[in-house]
Amino acid sequence: MSIEFRKDLFAEERDDRLNEIGQPRIRQDILGHVTGRTRYYDDHLFDGLLHMRCVRSPHHNARIRSIDTSAAERMAGVVRLVRPRDVPHNINTLLSLIGFGRDDEPLLQPERCAYKGEPILAIIAETERTAREACDAVRVDWEVLPHVLDVEAALLPEAPVVNPEYPNNTFDYHDRYDHQKLRFGDIDAGFAAADHIVEGEYQMSPIEQAPMETCGAIAAPETNDRFVCHTATQALFFSLGTTAKLLDMASSRLHFIGGTVGGGFGGKVDSLTEPMAVLGARLTGRPVKFAWDRPEEMQVGAPRGAERWRIKDGVAADGRILARSFTGFFDAGAYTRLSSYAIVKCVGHLPGPYTIPNVAANVYCVYTNRTPATAMRGFGITGVDFAIECQMDRVARAVGIDPIALRILNAYRDGDMKAHRREAKNTALIECAQVAAAKAGWTLPAEALAASSLRDGGVARAEIPRTVTDQAGRIGERRRAVQPPEPLAPGVPRGEIPAGTRGSAVVAAAPQRSDMALDPTRIGHRTALSQPAGPRAPAAAPPVSPSPTPPRAPSVASPPPAAQPLYSTPPTFDPVTSQPSLGSAPGGGPPASHVPGITPPTGPQPKVTVPPTGAAGSSAPRHPEPPAGPAPTTPPHRSSEPFQRGVRRPGVSRFLSGARRR
Amino acid sequence: MPKTPVTFTLNGAETALFVEQGANLLDVLRRGVGELSAKQGCAQGGCGACTVRIDGALHLACLTLAETVEGAAVETAAGLADGPTLHPLQTAFMEGFAAQCGYCTPGMLMAASTLLEDTPNPTRDEVIEAISGNLCRCTGYAPIVDAILEAASHMRRGAA
Amino acid sequence: MALHRGRGFACINYPIGMNLGGDPAQALVHATPDGKFMVALSAIDLGQGMKSVTRQIAAEALGVPIADVYVDTADSDTGPHDMGSFASRGTHRVGNAVIRAAAEARQQLLEAAGEELEVDAGDLDTDGRGNIHVKGAPSRTITVADTAVAAQFSQGRTISGRGIFLIPPSGADPETGEMTPVTTFAHAALIIDVEVDDETGEVTVTEINSAYEVGRALNPKLVEQQLIGGAWMGVSHALYETTEPYYPDRAHGAEDFNAYLMPGPGEIVPHTIAVLERPAEDAPYGGKGPGEMCANPVLPAIANAIHDAIGIRCDALPITPERVLRALRAQGGARPKANLP
Repeated sequence: MSIEFRKDLFAEERDDRLNEIGQPRIRQDILGHVTGRTRYYDDHLFDGLLHMRCVRSPHHNARIRSIDTSAAERMAGVVRLVRPRDVPHNINTLLSLIGFGRDDEPLLQPERCAYKGEPILAIIAETERTAREACDAVRVDWEVLPHVLDVEAALLPEAPVVNPEYPNNTFDYHDRYDHQKLRFGDIDAGFAAADHIVEGEYQMSPIEQAPMETCGAIAAPETNDRFVCHTATQALFFSLGTTAKLLDMASSRLHFIGGTVGGGFGGKVDSLTEPMAVLGARLTGRPVKFAWDRPEEMQVGAPRGAERWRIKDGVAADGRILARSFTGFFDAGAYTRLSSYAIVKCVGHLPGPYTIPNVAANVYCVYTNRTPATAMRGFGITGVDFAIECQMDRVARAVGIDPIALRILNAYRDGDMKAHRREAKNTALIECAQVAAAKAGWTLPAEALAASSLRDGGVARAEIPRTVTDQAGRIGERRRAVQPPEPLAPGVPRGEIPAGTRGSAVVAAAPQRSDMALDPTRIGHRTALSQPAGPRAPAAAPPVSPSPTPPRAPSVASPPPAAQPLYSTPPTFDPVTSQPSLGSAPGGGPPASHVPGITPPTGPQPKVTVPPTGAAGSSAPRHPEPPAGPAPTTPPHRSSEPFQRGVRRPGVSRFLSGARRR
Repeated sequence: MPKTPVTFTLNGAETALFVEQGANLLDVLRRGVGELSAKQGCAQGGCGACTVRIDGALHLACLTLAETVEGAAVETAAGLADGPTLHPLQTAFMEGFAAQCGYCTPGMLMAASTLLEDTPNPTRDEVIEAISGNLCRCTGYAPIVDAILEAASHMRRGAA
Repeated sequence: MALHRGRGFACINYPIGMNLGGDPAQALVHATPDGKFMVALSAIDLGQGMKSVTRQIAAEALGVPIADVYVDTADSDTGPHDMGSFASRGTHRVGNAVIRAAAEARQQLLEAAGEELEVDAGDLDTDGRGNIHVKGAPSRTITVADTAVAAQFSQGRTISGRGIFLIPPSGADPETGEMTPVTTFAHAALIIDVEVDDETGEVTVTEINSAYEVGRALNPKLVEQQLIGGAWMGVSHALYETTEPYYPDRAHGAEDFNAYLMPGPGEIVPHTIAVLERPAEDAPYGGKGPGEMCANPVLPAIANAIHDAIGIRCDALPITPERVLRALRAQGGARPKANLP
């Protein structure tokens, strides 16, 4: 093992005159770790601690006919059974705390279990052993139902319904589509212009976070009618808010203590043990521990879900990637948890750290009869990065170019436009590739060695091309007939959005008061923010540029009739209302104003725009019009729904309330 | 459930308590005695987080019946330091950044300290062998191996 | 019956933080009567070093020694709201909140010191060792401790600060996917050498050479911990780990560490690391979170190295000996390929 800090690189952007930052200070918590005195959640001792365990479904998909708990209830040491009806608000989705998605998962399942291991009942006993024995003594009469485990099988019309809240086996994005779309440029034109088409399919397996400490919580009644909960959560207020909601309890009655956790890696976000432990404490009036044992952690605790990816690249003979298309399937398991958001994050990441002028993606959050998936280190990114980087290797072999040189040729640089319509800045992919190659003694061609993230980006590469769109994959369409899952499938009617169309970027909220801003000469780097201008006025930078364009009315939930064409011919269409034209900026935004104040390009611009080509399919791809000159008075285009949170029920409080919802 | 009296020394201190038949040593140490440095990682004998020393030999507390330590000397990571003076292994783990979440650390320290008692000048492979029953999910093991070798070197210098 | 060597490359970028529903973090800072500082958070330390890095950030922003700062987290009665430790957001979001809280506390500290020294607070600076002095006149000085005593016992002034850092919500456009996913990306590139045994199907990673760009290494040892541990996890994900080995079939799922495999200390891979630091303008002292991205490039780099070694594309993870052997059989044996120019 050896590590070096390349202070020579980007030195002009840093101010290294700092006292504590950059010093190898020993960890604040390390003395506790090495003496064994660090107190994790389970190191808080309570007299009379009770133990809770769950009875779980042994089937992938099965309805509960009846439950016989008589033997369990007769056992000495059994204190209390906890049934679904004991959960005051027995339905939730984790991201309801940020208003994304519909409640779809009960804490204890009352009717039909949709995955092997789903809990239907909990037993609280004096010892863990008694709780286990009592769970084993519960007899359940199951009606086993057909199940589906493969993501693409789950999209077929005849697939069994996994999650009744999402009966099409896909998460509903924006009340409109059964997937999240990414559209940038015209992939058909890019493929038509390419010398090579390279395709690959990749499969990421489900992975267990496997922290050394399993998920768990201990809750106990506190004085003043509150409950304390010691927890291994990765997100204290997520767990607190979820508990308040499920137990229909004011959050002020909950006192959560955590922050010292034996590893997480994403597996301790789901907030399932905390509500159970607090519920147990409330029902018994005694301290209750609810923790997963290792088998539960591995098979019932949510893993990083599997992902399947298909990538198609159109590549020029010189190695430039002209078009890239993704079709992705995230296996969410039976309930949403965080998979819906993993996809949004993933789509914002595509096509990887490369500047590709034409990109499209359809990514599906698919429900299957398996353990729900959740976060893991690399959330939403690890799987597709595996696919992208294996694909890049395939491309390099296909065109016969050094794999690192191919990456550098296509790498994003400062000022380039990314497929999610924001400029790249602060990039360093090229330098990382160069340094890694040098360390390994991998010889690079001269052009690759000479490349820089600071040069040759922006300008033409900052332009947003005319973008071809489609409206395929409306919610519910796949229940009626098999639909191709890929973006812009052959035969699907095309629409388009003019070149230059973009909304405004979201930036960090300014400091609340001027004295909460650090003196810009003390922030350790030389950027726009650190230019000597004194503390910034608090109102100087509003967090989001207010758009003069009024937000559009939310779309209605019911999809339009499928038989009727949504729009007839390709020209500009409004994806929301089917009205022609977007109105605000049909000629394209001002490109020059989007280029941040970085080093202007010195050398010749790499040719990355798509050359005009013949027609592909029903639409006639056109060379992207050079955007019109700057029009400073024109307000920036507001994307059709600038802040789409998925589905929110009216009147639902956004955060932490004991008020009953639904 | 019938209970059995058990007497043993814990890090040198006389300890006596009643244990339930079939109770494992890990639960008894943690909830019976309140000695919390041994951690439960799997309760399957698979991770080593509950590693303790019984009469000088390494054992997994989760797989040890509490009744069987009658009359034995039980040592845990909490007993490694001599009052406020840390064991060289503890110092080496601290300064070598050999712990992240810290959950495996007490078990690692028990495995390492037992190695160094028997083998003051271990090879790297001997260190690796000694901790191969202890899982760590954070560090990638390299800093732990380095810290143990550093502690061994320090202890030899101190002994010389 | 041979060992085949291969070399693979991968490079990635990684978005720092989440965007979907807005991403806030808060911090509170207050001084004890003798000028030590307590930072109250609800952020979680999972081992990544949240307590340690925020302590360092607070000390730097306050202008006091790290020994005079303690971070207390996470008690919901005292620690203000934070979303949690995930999405590589901790250093960036919580770190920025701590800077803002510390900046406000520092302003009050300097005002209190100015009153004692009878100068304007704007003319004062800290030396990072527990003293406050007049800029350009180092002899006109007062300790932070004396300042705190004076503030509390004679001036009636608090030395405390509140901080919030928020990346406002940014959803995705339904038609184009337009969004502001993050404001900052970390970067990594690495080259991995492997040996593939064509008799057993076993893959051994023999060496990693890497470069990681982390904005600024706020604590170089904490960064090193993440990079070494993360690369280990990447190897594990590539070659060993899954809860469902025959996915999408659910059979043979592991329930213990005898079946859920990970590399042990015997499989430590020599790893040579370079850290690059290109500060992000909205990050605390430029620092990006290295905790997640460090594992990601390892997976494809291993798959690419295996292709280099035996001519087989392993497009499904994990790349177990069984998968390698089945692919070798289908291909009719190893077809080693020389590295491209």
